[in-house]
Amino acid sequence: MHGFPVPQPSPNLAAILERVHAIGRDTIAPHADAVDRDARFPTEAIEALKSEKLLSAYVPPEHGGMGLNISDLSKICEALAFYCASTAMIFAMHQIQVACIVHHALGSEYFQRYVEELVERQYLIASATTELGIGGDVRSSICAVNVAGDTFTLEKQAPVISYGESADAILVTARKSEEASRNDQVHVLVKKSDYTLKRMSEWDTLGFRGTCSNGFVLTSQGCAEQILPVPYADIHSKTMHPFSHSVWGSLWLGIATDAVGRARSAVRAEARKNPSVPPVSALRLAEVDTVLFTMRSALQQTVHEYHQLLLNDDPEAFTNFGFALRVNNLKVTCSQLVVDIVSQAMIICGINGYRNDSKLSLGRHLRDAYGAALMVNNDRILGQNSTMQIMHREG
Amino acid sequence: MLTRSEVMYTEEIREILAKHARLAVDVKELADNSNLYQAGLTSLTTVNLMLAIEDHFDIEFPDSLLGRNTFGSIEAISEAVEEVLNS
Repeated sequence: MHGFPVPQPSPNLAAILERVHAIGRDTIAPHADAVDRDARFPTEAIEALKSEKLLSAYVPPEHGGMGLNISDLSKICEALAFYCASTAMIFAMHQIQVACIVHHALGSEYFQRYVEELVERQYLIASATTELGIGGDVRSSICAVNVAGDTFTLEKQAPVISYGESADAILVTARKSEEASRNDQVHVLVKKSDYTLKRMSEWDTLGFRGTCSNGFVLTSQGCAEQILPVPYADIHSKTMHPFSHSVWGSLWLGIATDAVGRARSAVRAEARKNPSVPPVSALRLAEVDTVLFTMRSALQQTVHEYHQLLLNDDPEAFTNFGFALRVNNLKVTCSQLVVDIVSQAMIICGINGYRNDSKLSLGRHLRDAYGAALMVNNDRILGQNSTMQIMHREG
Repeated sequence: MLTRSEVMYTEEIREILAKHARLAVDVKELADNSNLYQAGLTSLTTVNLMLAIEDHFDIEFPDSLLGRNTFGSIEAISEAVEEVLNS
C-alpha cells in the first residue's frame, strides 16, 4: 500500500520557484506586515502572481495553462509562505477551486471556455463551503439550488468566504434541490456579475489576517450549466479534501521552514561572536530541525500518494477510508507541528524573534501558525478519523 | 448484473440495513442500485453497517474494499461480500 514510486515535479518547476522567490522578496515581503496589521487583502502580491500567470498554474496546457501538478503546487505554496502566509493561503485556496473544475468539469463546454477565460484574465476564485448552522461539516448543506428550466437561484449564509470581496468568482456547495437530503450536494460556480455579497461579520483575527475571511450572505443566480456536472460527494473525495490538506500543509511547512531559517541566522550570528564555542542555541536548532524533518516527511509522503492516485485515476482509490485517514492525519499533524516549530524557533531567536521590527521577527509566523488547527477544527477531523479507524486495515 | 448468489445476499443485506443503517426511507422502497448515502446513510451508520455485515457473513473486508463506494448501494455491498467469500 505504501510502496509506490515518487511522482516527479514538472521540469520547469525550478525556474518557476526562482521567480516565486524573487516575487516573494521584491513584492510580497515588503507589504506583508501592512497586510497583517491592517487585515487587508495582499493586492500587490496577487497582482504579481497574476502577471506570472500563476493563477492558471493547474490548468492543463491544452487549455492554455501551465499544466503544473500537485507536487509542483505544494512547493509553490511552501515558497510563498516564507514571505506572507496570507498570500500563500489565498493562492492555495484559489488552486483548490481551479482543481475542482479541472478534475471534474472539463467535459463540459461551458467550463472549457471558462478555464480559458481564467487563463487569459487570471480570475481569482473563492470558496463557500461552510454554512451557518452547519459549521465545518462541509459534506452537509442547508441551502439548496433552485433550478427552473435552464437557470438557477442560490442563496447561502456563509460564516466565512476567504477573500470573497476580491474574488472574480466563487464555487459554492449546496443541496441539489429543495427536496434533496443534507448530503446530496452539488458544486456551483457563480461569477461576480451573478451574485451580491452582504457582509455578515468582520475578520479581525490573530493570524491569516490578510485572507479577509468575512462572513457573507451570498445571493446568486446563473445558468444551469454553471453547476458542476458531477455530485459534490465525488468532488470532495477526489479533490476538495485531499487537495486542500495538501496545499494547506505545504504553506504551513513554509511558515515553519522560514521560522527555522530565521533561527539558523540567529545561531550563526551567535557563533560568529564566539567562534571557538558552539552556542547552546545550536543544539536547540538541531532539535527543532528534527521536528521540521518530521513535518516535511509527513507532507511529502501524503502529497506523493495523492499525486500518484491522480496519475492512476482510479475512482475507487479516492473513496478508500485509509486514504481519507492519511489525508486527515496530514492536516492534524502539520497543524500541530507548525506551532511547535515556530515556538521553538522563537526561543532560539530570542528577543530578536520576539520583537516585531527585526529581521528575525516571528510574531506573525506564530500568530498565523495557530490558525492551522482551527481551519477545520482538528477535533472535528479527529472525530471523523475515529469513525474511519474502525473501517480501516493497514497494508 | 448480479449473480445468483449475489441475489441471495441482497435479501440478507436488506435485513441488516433495516436493523442497523437507520435510513430515512423504508428499505423496501430501495432498489438494489439506489444510492444509500442519499437515502440517509452517514459515516457513523456506515460503521455499524459494516460491522453487522462482517458479523453476519463471518468475513473481514480487506483494505481495498474499505471505501465509501463499497457501501454505496445494496448491489455494491452484495458484490463486495461475494468477492470476499470467494477469495
